[in-house]
Amino acid sequence: MTLALDIVLSGLVLGGMYALFALGLTLQYGIARIMNLSYGEFLIAAAFGALFLYTGMAVNPIVGMLAVVPAAFGLNWLLYQIVLMPLVKRAKSQGMLEVDSILGTFGILFVIQGVMLVVFGGSLQSYSYLSIPIHILGTTLALNRILALAFALIIAGVLYLFLTRTRYGIAMRAIAVNPVAAQLSGINIRAASALAFAAGGAIVGAGGVLTSMFLTFSAASGVVFTMKALIVVIMGGVGNMMGALVAGLLLGIAETAVARLVDPGLTIAVTYALFLGALLWRPTGLFGRPAR
Amino acid sequence: MRMNTWAAIGALALAAAAISGLSAPAQAQDTLKIGWAISKTGPFAAGAAVTTLPNYQVWVKDVNDAGGIKVGDKKMKIEVVEYDDRSNSEEMIKAVERLATQDKVDFILPPWSTGMNLAAAPIFNKLGYPQLAVTANTNMAPQLTKRWPNLTFWLGLPSEITDGIVATFSKMQKEGKINKKIAMIAVADQFGIELSTATRAGLKKAGFDIVYDKSYPFGTQDMQPVLKDAQAANPDVLLAFSYPPDTFAITDTAKVIAFNPKVLFVGVGTAFPMYKGKFGANAEGIMGIGGSDASLPGVKAYIQHHKEIIGREPDRWASPITYASLQVLQQAIERVGKIDRAAVIKEINTGSFETIIGTVKLVDGQNRNIWSVGQWQGSDYVGIAPVDKKGAKAPIAKPAWK
Repeated sequence: MTLALDIVLSGLVLGGMYALFALGLTLQYGIARIMNLSYGEFLIAAAFGALFLYTGMAVNPIVGMLAVVPAAFGLNWLLYQIVLMPLVKRAKSQGMLEVDSILGTFGILFVIQGVMLVVFGGSLQSYSYLSIPIHILGTTLALNRILALAFALIIAGVLYLFLTRTRYGIAMRAIAVNPVAAQLSGINIRAASALAFAAGGAIVGAGGVLTSMFLTFSAASGVVFTMKALIVVIMGGVGNMMGALVAGLLLGIAETAVARLVDPGLTIAVTYALFLGALLWRPTGLFGRPAR
Repeated sequence: MRMNTWAAIGALALAAAAISGLSAPAQAQDTLKIGWAISKTGPFAAGAAVTTLPNYQVWVKDVNDAGGIKVGDKKMKIEVVEYDDRSNSEEMIKAVERLATQDKVDFILPPWSTGMNLAAAPIFNKLGYPQLAVTANTNMAPQLTKRWPNLTFWLGLPSEITDGIVATFSKMQKEGKINKKIAMIAVADQFGIELSTATRAGLKKAGFDIVYDKSYPFGTQDMQPVLKDAQAANPDVLLAFSYPPDTFAITDTAKVIAFNPKVLFVGVGTAFPMYKGKFGANAEGIMGIGGSDASLPGVKAYIQHHKEIIGREPDRWASPITYASLQVLQQAIERVGKIDRAAVIKEINTGSFETIIGTVKLVDGQNRNIWSVGQWQGSDYVGIAPVDKKGAKAPIAKPAWK
C-alpha cells in the first residue's frame, strides 16, 4: 500500500511541475489565441534570471520571483503589443491568427535563444535551493518540488476563480468562445487579449524560477519545455485551467507509476500513449472547450 | 604623335610591371591561419562550451601572448577563423570544407563529440589535415587510426572505462569496503547503452551481483522513481552511466531520499567544476569518468590559468587533454619548421611531447596518458583508475550525505 501512496505522491509532485509549465500556455493559446512557440524560451529566461539573482546577488529564488514575474509580465505585454498586434489586426479568422502566430513566435524563439546564448553562453547551468527532504505519509519528497506543486495548485485556483467569478474573467472567456460576439457586447478584445498573453507570460516566469531550483538547464533547453507544455495543454483542453492542471497531474502520476512498476525506459512512451488515447476519446481535450 | 603616345603608355606599363615585380613579396605568410567549426548553438553547445571552445580560446591567447608559433626562423601569430556548426554534422562538414578550400587555413581544430568527429574524419583525411579528435571516445579507435593516419584519439577507449570500473570495484570489494551488490542505471543513448552492456559483462565475470539494472530516457526530469527502486534493492554501489542533466539530478535526488551507497558513480558531468560548485562537500567520494593527476604542477597551473581567462575552472577530464593536444600540435609545427601538414601529422604520431599532463607519446595514433575513473577527494578530482598508473590514488568509500 505504501508503494501506491509513494507513487501517487511523487507523481503529483512531478505532475505539479508539468501543470505549472502548461498553465501559462493555456492562457496564451486559449484566450489570446496565440500559439506561442517561444514559450519555453521565456521559461528558460526566467530560470536564468533566478540563477543570476541567486548566484550573483544572493537573492533567494522565492524573493527573486517578486522581480522576475513582473518583468515577465511586462516583457510579454510588450511582445504582444509590438510584435503580435499587427498579426492580430490583419487576421481574418482565428485559424489564420493561429497559423500566423506559430510562424511569428517561431522566429521570436530564435531571437530570445540567440540573446541568451550571447549573454550566458551555451553551457549547462544548475544550482540547488531548498533541496531538503520532507517526509510526508511515509514517503520522502524534495521541498523545492513540493513548492512547484503548491504554486501550480494556487495559480490554477486563483485563475479559475478569476475566470469564473469576476466580470473581467467572464469577459475573457467570452473572447475565447466567440470574439466577434464578444466585441459586439462591448468587450475590448485587444486589451483583454494582451492582458491574457501577459498573464500567461507571468505564470511561465514563476514556473521558470521555481523549476530552476532543481532542474539543470541551458540556453538551448527551451524547446523541450514548450513541447511538454503543449502536450499538457492540448490533452487538457485548450484554454481550460482545470484541464491543464488535471492533465499535468495525470501525466505525472502515470509517468511515475510506469517508471516504478514497469520500466523507466517506457516513461516517454506512456506520456504519448496517454496523449493519443485522450485525444482519440475526447478530440477537444479531456475537459474540452470553452475556457473554464 | 600616336607612336609617341603608345610608346609612352607602353613604357609606363613596363615600368609599372617591373616595379610591382620587384616590390611584391614572394607571398610570405605572417600569421598562421587556424580554423574550427564548433557547436555554438543547438544541443551540443553545452558540451562544447565546457570542454572544447574555452580551451581553443585559451590556447590561442597563450600562443599569441608569447609572440606566436615558431615556424622556421619566424614567429607567427595565430589568426582564427571560426564557424558555428549549429550541432549539425552536415553544417560542420560544409564549414570544414570552407575552411580548407575558401579560407585556406593552415590547420583545422576538430569539433565536439564522438559523433561529430567520426563524421568529420573522412573529410579531414581527404583534405590532408591532422585531426586531433580529443572529444571522441569510441572502441573503433584502433581500426580508424590505421585507416586514417591523420586521425588521433586522446581519451582512451570506452572498454578502458569499463576495465577501470571493474578493477576499482574489485579492489574495493577485496579490501572489504563494499559487498557484491551493484545497482546499475544508464541513459538510453549510445554512450549509456554501450558502456552498460560492456560493464554488465565485466562485472558478472568479476563475480558481482547486479541487483537493479535499468535504462531511462534522455531528458528524464525526475530520477526519484528509478532511485527509489534502486535503493530498495539495497546495493553498496550505485553505478550510473548518465549525461550532465541526469548526473546532477541523480546526485541531488539520492541526497533527498537519503540513498547512501558506499560508492556512487555518475557518468559525464562529475568532472565539471559546476558539479563541485553545486554539491560542495557532498561531492566528496563521488566517482565519475576521467580524472586528472592534480599533483602535476602543469595541471594545477592550467586550472588556475583557465579560471583567470575564462572566468571559471575547466572540467577535469577532457579539458586538460584538449589543451595538451594543442600543445602537441604547436610543438609538432615548430619541430617541422614549416607549414607542411603531412610532416606535422607524422611528427604528431611519432614524436614525444612534454605537456601539462606530462609526457605524451601516441601509440598507434592514440594517447595512452589517460585516466578512466576519477573521484572527488578534497578539492581535487583525482584519477583512481587505471589502478596501476603512476599517480593513481586509492579509492575511498563515499561518506554519508551532509
